[in-house]
Amino acid sequence: MRTSLLALTAAATLALSAPAFAAGELNIYNWGNYTNPKLIEKFEKTYDVKVTLTDYDSNTTALTKIEAGGHGFDIVVPTNNYVPIYVEKGLLLETRPDQMENFKNLSKQWQDVTWDPNRHYTVPWQWGTTGVAVDTSVYGGDINTSAIFLDPPAELVGKVNVVPEMNDVINLTLFYVGGEACTTDKTVLRKVRDTLMAAKPKWLSMDYGTTDKLSSGEYKATVNWNGSTFRARLNNPKVAYGYPKEGYPLWMDSVAVLKDAKNVENAKLFQNFIMDPENAAMISAFARYANGVDGSEAFMPEEMKTAPEIVTPEALRSAGKFLPTCPPESRDLYTAIWTELQK
Amino acid sequence: MSEASGSLRTLEADAAARRIRRNWLLSLPALALLLVGASGPLLIVLVYSFLKPGDFSGVIWEPTFNAWFQILFSRDIFDDTIGLADAHLTIFWRSVRLSLSTTLITLLLGLPTAYFIATRSGRQRMFWLFLITIPFWTNLLIRTFAILEMLRNEGIVNNALIDLGVITEPLQILYTDTAVLIGMSYVYLPLMVLPLYAAIERLDFRLVEAGYDLYANRVQVFRRIILPIIKPGIVAGSILVFVPSLGAYVTPRVLGGGKNMMIGNFIELQFGQGRNWPLGASLSILLLFIVMAALLLYVRASSREEPHG
Amino acid sequence: MAERARKSFSVRQLPGVTPITMACFAALYAPIVIIVIYSFNAGDSVALWQGFSFRWYAIAAENELVQEATVRSLVIALWASGISTVLATMAALGTTRTAKFPGSTFIYVMINQPLMVPEIVTAVALLIFFASIKVATGYSGLGYLILAHSAFCVPFAYLPIRARLEGMDRTLEIAAADLYATPWQTFRRVTLPLVLPGIVAGAMLAFVISLDDVIITEFVKSAGQDTLPTYMLGQLRRAVTPEVNAISTALLGLTILLLTAFFLLTGRGNDKKP
Repeated sequence: MRTSLLALTAAATLALSAPAFAAGELNIYNWGNYTNPKLIEKFEKTYDVKVTLTDYDSNTTALTKIEAGGHGFDIVVPTNNYVPIYVEKGLLLETRPDQMENFKNLSKQWQDVTWDPNRHYTVPWQWGTTGVAVDTSVYGGDINTSAIFLDPPAELVGKVNVVPEMNDVINLTLFYVGGEACTTDKTVLRKVRDTLMAAKPKWLSMDYGTTDKLSSGEYKATVNWNGSTFRARLNNPKVAYGYPKEGYPLWMDSVAVLKDAKNVENAKLFQNFIMDPENAAMISAFARYANGVDGSEAFMPEEMKTAPEIVTPEALRSAGKFLPTCPPESRDLYTAIWTELQK
Repeated sequence: MSEASGSLRTLEADAAARRIRRNWLLSLPALALLLVGASGPLLIVLVYSFLKPGDFSGVIWEPTFNAWFQILFSRDIFDDTIGLADAHLTIFWRSVRLSLSTTLITLLLGLPTAYFIATRSGRQRMFWLFLITIPFWTNLLIRTFAILEMLRNEGIVNNALIDLGVITEPLQILYTDTAVLIGMSYVYLPLMVLPLYAAIERLDFRLVEAGYDLYANRVQVFRRIILPIIKPGIVAGSILVFVPSLGAYVTPRVLGGGKNMMIGNFIELQFGQGRNWPLGASLSILLLFIVMAALLLYVRASSREEPHG
Repeated sequence: MAERARKSFSVRQLPGVTPITMACFAALYAPIVIIVIYSFNAGDSVALWQGFSFRWYAIAAENELVQEATVRSLVIALWASGISTVLATMAALGTTRTAKFPGSTFIYVMINQPLMVPEIVTAVALLIFFASIKVATGYSGLGYLILAHSAFCVPFAYLPIRARLEGMDRTLEIAAADLYATPWQTFRRVTLPLVLPGIVAGAMLAFVISLDDVIITEFVKSAGQDTLPTYMLGQLRRAVTPEVNAISTALLGLTILLLTAFFLLTGRGNDKKP
């Protein structure tokens, strides 16, 4: 026992001292379970760079930590509506991806986006939609509507889950009652609150972990992301993804380089690297979301090319909207409604 | 004569001063660690509670009492009337209720368990102690998921109850307060058992046996001999269970299904998606003061009871 | 006579104690059994059984990230429980078995302070405090995490030790001092054995509390400092896979192996009541 304790102490002392240095380094701060290890391996081999990956679980955690400073990260992957906040706070480095070699591979529609005009800062990582997933063995009606969770059909009452994402849920409801994202219109918001409060007793839970619980049949319906629904369908073929016709949020997680990055050149290399179709395909193959790089389909797994969760039906495409960065006034109103909902 | 008693008094005063110095010196390293690693930085939070929320995160350096006002009163977002913040009270009350129940359950289960471990012989005792902590070496989240798996409608708890004929339809346990209570009792059980064990272990069983020999009845033996010995353990365990469970976060979210918040979730919301740091700060400072006051009252009451405690 | 003897003997086995204890242990280990079972799941779910395989063990064995996170968790927990237990023992010796002295209540409340605020609050405060130190000194090693963990582990180590000491008298120590034992000898030979069960209980609690911590770690960690809990938290929103089950099961197996070896090696003929 005593010797093993000594060994442990020795190991502990070692761990305290500085890590070994590779030729180059890159510190990526990304969502958990979101980065294909094979992609990292390839980047490390190509450029002789040692990549360190660190996880976060929410946009707010990432923003809070980066704002505080001293974190040691080079790259962060915020969602589109957080990008303007980072830019406004002066946290990002203007790396000009629009002048990078692989920029030409980016789909036309992503070359100029509202949250990053002309792509001076960010490169797409993955993008997707927030909609509803339904177990069609229980409910066979129209699933392309937010009524699935806001006014559940009798078959689904008590079996619906809602992910606890304030922005997604409130905006889905806003669209459902005919409002606009970020609105401060009180009559609309009153409808939002009343709709949510009336729907809540019909929900089973407000939780994450939707892939698992859709697969196991515990949730018969849930607000969900498209990639997660895709994964669930591979386990449970009865699961289908609905794009609410009243309106649904689009999102894009975007790779940005931090102003206080220590390995700027490697970080830029990484931005360029993931705009290569073959590499972009590796990202999608792992987390099951689309990536925004033309020609990457050729390298993707067969089942992804035609997946109804990835390929939005033509008729429902216009209902998808990127959420803007809401001003503080609307945020306060949303939080108040959210608190009442979860009290 | 007066000179002699005078020097005796100085001697006593010297001894007392030495004792106080020794006690402080022994406590200082722990206090220093806490000052750097916990309590000191909380001053930042105290300051934040008097500032305005920043536009997207953090705070704006403008002094205001808004956050403190918001705790008790809320401006209705629709008609701008100011009313009692009943959402906050509901959340607070639920937290207190669930934490008290958790404390009670862990005490009822923990007392016999700690007694059992303390009455084993030397080496066996270590074995049982390890046995009670090993489940907690596996990650909290994954353990919570396992409990979730057990409580599901098709999970083993419901299946067992149906097989035993207790129920015919699966009970909806998951995503209710009952599930939160089960989960919290599980998570906090060792926090009750270990201090109880530390206290019970010093019980001199010869004393208890002597008590029986003197024809004292069970109640008397328990009250006169056992209780005074285990009481510090009960107090320590109750503090360790009750206070942290007030701020519990993972269990209510996963097992309670997140439909109803506890204080921990609500404060997290303010620092996270709600982006209202001053409100989160003032709520946690208030919680800190309430718990601190309760603890002080306890110290007062117990020191009156036993002057040497 | 015989009946009296049996009756007094039964004090060690109060009715109900053994069944309740066994029920407790069964309940404690049931979720662990589930974790172990799902570590052998062929599918990628922790809640849907899809056949037996060693797939997740292979994945975990290849994933340096999760292995490093596991080792890091253990290293931090060892440091934190060690530091906090030593400091808590000293503080407990300074604040029990003594008449009330100026500041004794203050010390008691301060030591328990980390229990009183939800983790997220300490986490944000530490983030801001440590970030300024990181920027100023350039040091961003594991030291911050160890410091933060040691601090919040102090009350968990202190309270069991205090519960042990409270109400015990100092007769033995005074006797030792009368016999010209040095303070160190008195501590080593008399005080330490007295308080040891409390120290063991406190250290064990501190260890598991540190091992389980997620929110404070999430905010304090620097680049490349994920622990097993923060690694899992990152997965929570996407999908949790049985990979962590596999790691946990492997760890559990190792623990049981080490403990069995420990009990077998130290055991023989040593089974006396102290």
